[in-house]
Amino acid sequence: MTLASDSGGARDRGGPAQPLLSVRGLVKHFPVKTGVFGGAGRVVRAVDHIAFEVSKRETLGIVGESGCGKSTTARLLMHIIARDAGEILFDGEKVGARELDLSSYRRQVQMVFQDSHASLNPRLTVEDTVAFGPRVHGVSRSTALRQAHDLLNRVGLEPARFGGRYPHELSGGQRQRVNIARALALQPRLLILDEPVSALDKSVEAQVLNLLLDLKDEFGLTYLFISHDLNVVRYMSDRVMVMYLGKAVEVGPSDVILKDPRHPYTTALLASMPSMDPDNRTEEAPLFGDPPNPIDPPPGCRFHTRCKFAAPVCSAREPGLGADLGDDLVHRVACHMADPSSGHPGAVAAMERA
Amino acid sequence: MALAAADTALPESRRMGRGYWADVGRRLMRDPVAVTAACVILLIVLAAILAPLVAPADPYKGSMIRRLKPILDANYLLGSDELGRDMLTRLIYGGRLSLFMGVLPVVSAFLIGSSIGIFAGYVGGWVNTLIMRTIDVFYAFPSVLLAIALSGALGAGILNAIVSLTIVFIPLISRVAEAVTTQIRTRDYVEAARVSGAGPLTIIRVHVLGNVLGPIFVYATSLISVSMILASGLSFLGLGSKPPEPEWGLMLNTLRTAIYVQPLVAALPGAMIFITSISFNLLSDGLRSAMEVKQ
Repeated sequence: MTLASDSGGARDRGGPAQPLLSVRGLVKHFPVKTGVFGGAGRVVRAVDHIAFEVSKRETLGIVGESGCGKSTTARLLMHIIARDAGEILFDGEKVGARELDLSSYRRQVQMVFQDSHASLNPRLTVEDTVAFGPRVHGVSRSTALRQAHDLLNRVGLEPARFGGRYPHELSGGQRQRVNIARALALQPRLLILDEPVSALDKSVEAQVLNLLLDLKDEFGLTYLFISHDLNVVRYMSDRVMVMYLGKAVEVGPSDVILKDPRHPYTTALLASMPSMDPDNRTEEAPLFGDPPNPIDPPPGCRFHTRCKFAAPVCSAREPGLGADLGDDLVHRVACHMADPSSGHPGAVAAMERA
Repeated sequence: MALAAADTALPESRRMGRGYWADVGRRLMRDPVAVTAACVILLIVLAAILAPLVAPADPYKGSMIRRLKPILDANYLLGSDELGRDMLTRLIYGGRLSLFMGVLPVVSAFLIGSSIGIFAGYVGGWVNTLIMRTIDVFYAFPSVLLAIALSGALGAGILNAIVSLTIVFIPLISRVAEAVTTQIRTRDYVEAARVSGAGPLTIIRVHVLGNVLGPIFVYATSLISVSMILASGLSFLGLGSKPPEPEWGLMLNTLRTAIYVQPLVAALPGAMIFITSISFNLLSDGLRSAMEVKQ
């Protein structure tokens, strides 16, 4: 298949050691409108100084409750909304600067949206939707349609049957396959998947996830996988970043984080997962209350209002994403308990346990 | 996939016929009210176009001794007017000007208004605010008042009446266009198109127009009846067409003196305005429901 050419080969600049995407100090504050005159200075801190890296051909999962800034992060990375601060490096090149302009960046980074229904134009046939991107970049109609048919085939939709259909004639899973084909049509290197399966049935979900894993191998793709479903993230991701109220609270290899979480929020998230084992059933909610209002996030650690280990230091000082906790791959956590010098009473106990 | 296979083995021809507009047409045909309205409109339009062939008499030729004959008179099927002219003939000919003045302002306002609205809605931000607040100034006047004021300022005449009606309708249509476009602009598929590197013109052409023109078109159809009534009103006030030109609004005006002598004849032009405008309204209602698809 010609499309499966060397996605990582010719275009790979920095070699495998250089992260494909590195994000530094990403900030997005949405101003709050409170009226015609007032309201200056009030902002929703949707994404507040986030930094992470995605290595080539890995899958980084981003998890968190709704409203924690996952989707905003995705939209910032896609330049659908403008960031307030921070920089994005793609394969070592600054995005938006002279090194890598927006249009060539966008050819290499594509996105699959959560709502398979809203993300397809109801007036375009499936093949026209998939062929649209290449047509924009000057590919002739016949070539673009041929490529679209190849891609539809690849995502499991027979082009002769589905190519001329309209989105409302497809099921949710089929629509999401079209979305994936559309994203792949520009032969991107990085695919941002914003809750791609959360609107699908469980059985269809598994099919789509397996399709994504196959495509990743075939096209040499790198994934940024956003989800609120820890099972899905565990299945898909090499590394996981846990977000809470616009901040990254824990980053690390997915098997380490999901087996031995260090941040109380991650622990609570894991405990909230439904279990198939009746002996292992959660009797009480591991987390109480809703996340605080991101307009006025609590001072210090943003999680301290809901954390059962909260100590005075937690509301006084904000913990940074600390040093590597000594696992094989870098595992970092933004919690005072992981820092022996923080003065948190739990920190010493944590040290002894380790 | 087995389930998908069952309903997908359609021949090529069938599949091509499953386009959106074909669906709308089929649903419209199943709506008896809309079909009736469409037939009435078709009849009136055909009669107006073929007036010289259909009409029994000369619309300008009167007779001083046969004035204000009643309906079903031996010589006059629908009676005669205050100058002894055949009413049926004048009603058929009158459809030409009345339809023209009903449709043309709406068509021009549709073209101009939707361009303004789609532009404002797609660009958004302060440009949108500036354009739409300016539009709102016009919107603040009652349309009858605005039409009369503009026609009065431009002077009497058919062309000026059409221009002033166009100006009256532009704000209404831009409003609708802007609202629909603003809604479509934030859809994920528009963002996906932006992400794939398409420019604003391409996005508007491929992704916005197709989804926006339908609702605007339906709204514009409903304005045709308003336009006809306003145009008749302008003619009635002497700001539109001039005698002896047959035009329904003008005929209503000149016959008003005969209301005590031949009330049924005097009411005929009004009935024509009523029938035509309600037919346009019913057709646009039918279109609206035929276009409401699960998208």
